[in-house]
Amino acid sequence: MISIQGLKKSFGSQEVIKNVDLEIEQGKVVVIIGPSGSGKSTLLRCLNVLETPNGGVLSIDGQKLDFNSAVSKKSISAFRRLTGMVFQGYNLFPHLTTTGNVTEGLTTVKGLSHKEAVKKAELLLDKVGLADHKDKYPFQLSGGQQQRVAIARALAMDPKVMLFDEPTSALDPELVGEVLRVMKDLAHEGMTMAVVTHEMRFAKEVADEVIFIDEGVIVERGAPAEIFNHPKHERTKKFLSLLQV
Amino acid sequence: MYLNTIALSPERLQRFQEIASTSIGPLIEGAIKYTIPLAIIAFSIGLIIAIFTALARISSNKFLRAIARIYVSIIRGTPLLVQLFIIFYGLPTIGITIDPFPSAVIGFSLNVGAYASEIIRAAILSIPKGQWEAAYSIGMNYSQALRKIVLPQAARVSVPPLSNSFIGLVKDTSLAATILVAETFRRAQEIASMNYEFLFVYVMAALVYWVICFILSIIQGRIEIRLDRVVGKTGGLS
Repeated sequence: MISIQGLKKSFGSQEVIKNVDLEIEQGKVVVIIGPSGSGKSTLLRCLNVLETPNGGVLSIDGQKLDFNSAVSKKSISAFRRLTGMVFQGYNLFPHLTTTGNVTEGLTTVKGLSHKEAVKKAELLLDKVGLADHKDKYPFQLSGGQQQRVAIARALAMDPKVMLFDEPTSALDPELVGEVLRVMKDLAHEGMTMAVVTHEMRFAKEVADEVIFIDEGVIVERGAPAEIFNHPKHERTKKFLSLLQV
Repeated sequence: MYLNTIALSPERLQRFQEIASTSIGPLIEGAIKYTIPLAIIAFSIGLIIAIFTALARISSNKFLRAIARIYVSIIRGTPLLVQLFIIFYGLPTIGITIDPFPSAVIGFSLNVGAYASEIIRAAILSIPKGQWEAAYSIGMNYSQALRKIVLPQAARVSVPPLSNSFIGLVKDTSLAATILVAETFRRAQEIASMNYEFLFVYVMAALVYWVICFILSIIQGRIEIRLDRVVGKTGGLS
């Protein structure tokens, strides 16, 4: 489903992603962990080209982007439509209602009629448990509710892959559960997911594979039980001991 | 000091009353036919210029950025009165003759465009980067993200400073008197030159401007309340 080959990304002289190769099969949930500044968020943001890689080949569902040569804006836009992104800070559109946030992409990008878009939005909002909040504005919602709207907004575009960039890190502890529950449901439905998170319990329960990344390289990867119980590398051991899991 | 000139005899007051009743008509006519239309037309054109200039200034294209910077620098760095004289009295010497009203529209539009572009640029830059990213992440391109997501939010931010610009423009249109536009202030000059009651006539003209600006500030308040409802009180975490 997802294939990353020789991915490179630098900010100025600082190399953040160093030659990363990664395959993610259809329907699998991959959790990416690593210390702050390890490049895990950058890796995710490269996957939908919010950061333009300096080299490497990305491929999702058969569509390819080769960053070793020039890439057109149009092909980036098309490639982005394969992925849905959920941000740490929700990034809901504050001038639109809950429904408006979900329908905006449907009408503007997909060209659906307002009526069709609203119908689809209602289904999705129901799915994330926000059917009763469809006319509210983001500032009227809790962080957990906002993040669930953000998930519905991303799902509306029928992505092949969902990317989660620390989706619960900005939330109050008691609101984390409701967001993770929605993510679990998605995983059970067979959505292909790449999740950067510090929620180790989520990783243990839901992930098919855990990837530990540090200083821009994949240090270790494997089943959650293997990584958490028998980490092979010193760096992985050190990181996990700091998390006290 | 000639104190006797300050004295207001009953005859003088009588005269004021007559002047007021005969000149208020022309003054208001000047406002309705020229001051207000000039301000509205110039502001509308100026806003369009301002949006494109702001976009040029934040674009990644060096050439566009340079053109926008030079335009803003020239307009902001030279007096409005001089700009109007160049257009109305200067251009005819190279064969470009423009009537007073269109000359004023051109001058004021270019002026508003430059100043408002800075307001709009700041408003666009004040919208968090996450809003662009969220728009891109659902497949929007630059112009869709700009029109649907960023500009509506930037509009709210820029209403107070743009209202200031518009009120400033209404008053600046009095400069059009110097290029023969028969707006409020030019009417006042004409009336005063006939009856020599400079103080009284110019105070009347000032009142006309003040009433217009007072109404505008009420409208500004209404727009802000309406946009608050549309945009939401806070931007949330983003």
